[in-house]
Amino acid sequence: MGSHTITSRTPGVFYHRPSPDADPYVTEGASVSEGDTVGLVEVMKTFHEVKADAAGTVSKFLVENEDEVTIGQDLVELET
Amino acid sequence: MSIRVQDPGLETTVQDTGRLGYYSIGFPPSGALDSFAYHVGNALVGNEPGAAGLEAVYLGPTLEFTVDTVIAVTGADIPAFVDGQEIPLWESVAVSAGSVLSFGQLRGGARPYIAVAGGVDVPLYYGSRSTYTLVGIGGFEGRALRAGDELAIGSDARDPRAGRRVDASDVPVHPSTAEVHLLVGLHSYRLTEDSLARFTDTEWKVTPDANRVGYRFRGAELEFVPREQPFGAGSDPANVTDCGYPVGSVQVPGGVEPIVLLQDAVTGGGYATLGTVVSVDRDRLAQTKTGDRTRFVPVDLDGALEVRKDRLGALDRIRSALA
Repeated sequence: MGSHTITSRTPGVFYHRPSPDADPYVTEGASVSEGDTVGLVEVMKTFHEVKADAAGTVSKFLVENEDEVTIGQDLVELET
Repeated sequence: MSIRVQDPGLETTVQDTGRLGYYSIGFPPSGALDSFAYHVGNALVGNEPGAAGLEAVYLGPTLEFTVDTVIAVTGADIPAFVDGQEIPLWESVAVSAGSVLSFGQLRGGARPYIAVAGGVDVPLYYGSRSTYTLVGIGGFEGRALRAGDELAIGSDARDPRAGRRVDASDVPVHPSTAEVHLLVGLHSYRLTEDSLARFTDTEWKVTPDANRVGYRFRGAELEFVPREQPFGAGSDPANVTDCGYPVGSVQVPGGVEPIVLLQDAVTGGGYATLGTVVSVDRDRLAQTKTGDRTRFVPVDLDGALEVRKDRLGALDRIRSALA
């Protein structure tokens, strides 16, 4: 078992859910495939989907919902 | 003779020097936010000044060229690749028909510019090829690029040639705290003396609301001098009677979160203007990103003209060296 960290490709505000009333894209313990959406980053009034760039199990979120993030910041840790 | 968009990036638009001359009827100029990077890109690929190029932000696009041509990437510090091989920035590079330009993760700055020999050939709209996305005019169908778009390349390149290179000492650096010069006024008298000093002493943080329309900052609260509001001004102490907003002007609605208006912004309104960022320093602002810091360094009119003269002089010198 290895681990992989999904990082942010843009600066902005991180969201766990597609909209305030919706369920989170993924929760800790969920398994994801490469290309699955795991969150959103809002910048310039647009939303950019954060995609898993590896398959695995979500072991930890490294940022809180609505945290401001920078380019390259660690967002989600996967067990691969 | 075209560029096929495989992936548009976050928001990639066709831009040139801008749609000048219509400000008085409410048309902002649009055009490349980092004018230096845009002009140098054209000089590198051997275009006449004013040829249209592409402006991206944070995420570079993935583009396929259907013809042998010459390109240059300037502006932000971002790894750029042709067919997977990294290419130098601030240098003209030959690409073959079928080649694909792609980008890695941004290292510094915010906006890469892509110049292509002959320019991006979209219809002129009111004298410019710049995209003004808010009302959907100019550029490619009035909008940011999408996957599958095919952009025509112009045929009037003056002297396309690979291997032209900008001297390393002329390549702008992108510090985490950008300094931009501010000509104080028109309504700086509306701020208390303390608040005006606080404005220029504060390292302001760029918020996620930072795009071609304007940049919003966070970092301090500012207070206005109490007064009975004049006829025609709103009740917010940040309000004045409506006036024209210079491009680059700074407003502070509610005394928090100052906004610098950029090339796609509204042309007038009723917020007190504390000052205006010197035009050539909008280039620096355009290369700051959400989370970066910015300081506004006050200058008087002579100082502002000097900054502009120096920067335009440097651009002329670089153009001559590349000719």
